Amino acid sequence: MTKDHAFLRGLRDGAPISLGYFAVAISLGIAARGAGLTAFQAALASLLNNASAGEFAAFTLIGAGAGYLEVALMTLVANARYLLMSCALSQKLAASTPLIPRLIIGFDVTDEIFGAYIAQPGPLNPRYAYGVILIALPGWALGTFLGVAMGSALPARLVSALSVSLYGMFLAVIVPPARKSRVLAALIAASMALSALFTLAPLFAFLSTGARVILLTVALSALAAWRFPVEEEAQP
Amino acid sequence: MTGNAYIYIFAMAAVSYLIRTLPLTLIRRRIENRFLRSFLYYVPYVTLAVMTFPSILTATGSVWSAWLGFAAALFCAWRGMGLLPVACAACAAVFLSELFLL
Repeated sequence: MTKDHAFLRGLRDGAPISLGYFAVAISLGIAARGAGLTAFQAALASLLNNASAGEFAAFTLIGAGAGYLEVALMTLVANARYLLMSCALSQKLAASTPLIPRLIIGFDVTDEIFGAYIAQPGPLNPRYAYGVILIALPGWALGTFLGVAMGSALPARLVSALSVSLYGMFLAVIVPPARKSRVLAALIAASMALSALFTLAPLFAFLSTGARVILLTVALSALAAWRFPVEEEAQP
Repeated sequence: MTGNAYIYIFAMAAVSYLIRTLPLTLIRRRIENRFLRSFLYYVPYVTLAVMTFPSILTATGSVWSAWLGFAAALFCAWRGMGLLPVACAACAAVFLSELFLL
């Protein structure tokens, strides 16, 4: 396999990811619009972040008038899973991989792209990664741009329907593994139940959206890690 | 929005980039701490679950269409469908139900 073939394979595997990104990013653009961002600003945020949950949470907080620090902290928590993925990915790179490719690959680690990398046999060829990123990232940014730009032109029914697509994507990430693990299924159910309780109960009304997500994530993940430490084979 | 949009975007981008790049550049060996590995393993599931529910219920034009979209996404995800099909199923459930509800 020559180097150029690896790049082309990356483009090929990245194409369906790009298409999915494009569709989902439209609803992200609608959220960015609600937060008061312009189409250019939202597309720039998508180009620099490529993180559905992280951007969505940050846009929600920006719209709610949160401060810079709270938005940065929310981004940290919502994207914390990429820390784990990058840790796993560090094992997938050949030890001889130079710094520059590491800095470029690290720019765009997402659930889907991580999945494509891990599915590759042997160490990850940086040129394959470049191919995936080069086609997937523009789909995400373009979808976000159109979501903001067309938000007002779209019929209310369509906006209403598209608004759930991100949540659908989140569920598609967390539910399938829960089918194979009772601990994960219970953890997800408990997370949703406590989230509802914290949202509805007057006692917890003082907590902002960001604070609620951060608090529950740290507390429940630590509890699960303490009570149900993960066996090595179950790790991604 | 109460601040400068570009400062928000820069803060988001800087945090995202550091999260993704630091492990790739600093960790050349594997993490051995079992608690830390388990904690990092569970984080995405809790975060996404908390962000999805109950926020999804107020995302659409009607709480009932939102429940149907939520149910459709849960069902399709449970069947092991991919990200795009599950997202489309949720959208379709909301769109079709709102033809009758609204």
